[in-house]
Amino acid sequence: MRHLFIFTAAAALLTACGDTASTGTLETVSTPAPRVQVSGETLAAPASFNSITNESERSAALFDEMFKVIGHPRCMNCHPREGSITQGDDMTPHQPMIVRGEDTFGAPAMECSTCHGSENVSYVGMEGSIPGHAPWHVAPLEMGWQGLSVREICEQLKDEDRNGGRTLEDLHEHNAEDGLVGWGWNPGEGREPAPGTQAEFGALTQAWIDTGAVCPA
Amino acid sequence: MAIELTVNGKSVKTDVDPDTPLLWVIRDEMKLTGTKFGCGMAQCGACTVHVNGETRRSCVTPVKFMEGSEVTTIEGLEGKEASAVQKAWTGIDVPQCGYCQSGQVMSAVALLKKVPNPSDEDIDTAMNGNICRCATYVRIRQAIKNAAKEV
Repeated sequence: MRHLFIFTAAAALLTACGDTASTGTLETVSTPAPRVQVSGETLAAPASFNSITNESERSAALFDEMFKVIGHPRCMNCHPREGSITQGDDMTPHQPMIVRGEDTFGAPAMECSTCHGSENVSYVGMEGSIPGHAPWHVAPLEMGWQGLSVREICEQLKDEDRNGGRTLEDLHEHNAEDGLVGWGWNPGEGREPAPGTQAEFGALTQAWIDTGAVCPA
Repeated sequence: MAIELTVNGKSVKTDVDPDTPLLWVIRDEMKLTGTKFGCGMAQCGACTVHVNGETRRSCVTPVKFMEGSEVTTIEGLEGKEASAVQKAWTGIDVPQCGYCQSGQVMSAVALLKKVPNPSDEDIDTAMNGNICRCATYVRIRQAIKNAAKEV
């Protein structure tokens, strides 16, 4: 998608093949418009699944609830199965085009840290922000999720060959405490946070594990 | 609170608002105007500098994060890669309007320091974030290849 930037310093128009690094559509700088409708989606507490008496079915239902987070653009954008990643609530291709790179931190001279810092940074003089966290990087290729079904992602999350060698206990810690995961609930201006809270997501993960870590059909 | 950093080898102390972008400090405080403002949102690459040897878009870099960092702008670029890029750039007249070129050169030099003999793919991935409204991309790629031979 091509948009026009107002190129103030040069008093010229710069045609740029990109939208913001962080959000969906870029409006002209002089007339910024709200880009995100916050859904306010919440997460159900593990106890609310107690009415499902069959433990396996309860476990699968808990994963479905977890998937509200896993399948959210805040998480899914950085778990591509192809070379580049997506961005924004509408999951458009990342602009500029970037590659995962051998170490998941981008390409030489175009690393993730070329643009992304250790925290979210608001743009000066216009709406929106560039997201940031230390570290900031793309998920490894074997952890790609985009385009997979809920069950496929669930099975992948349990597979130590495709989850970074994590046990279920490690997986809980990752979901409940990892800083980059936690960024999903503090994504900066112009991006919808993941549903619920990281603590709630962690509690759901623990309940899912405690009930056998069953994947939905 | 004063922030201390090094710019082109010179120690600098600035007491601007800590959220001030590094680009503002470089251009307005230090009067080093070779680094350009383009989009203000890390989308065009005109503001590219090196921070501790790595490419960095200075328009989205609050100066508070630069405490103790070594910043290099186009004015302070030196070394065999920089010389080779300068020669290659003038050799085939890469720039047209020239506005984006300091950012292009900063990225090109950083690439050659990391990948001395870059492939087309290496060049494309490294230079993807540096937009040129004159579309000098073909010359940029050729000049990087020419510079690589010099290095």
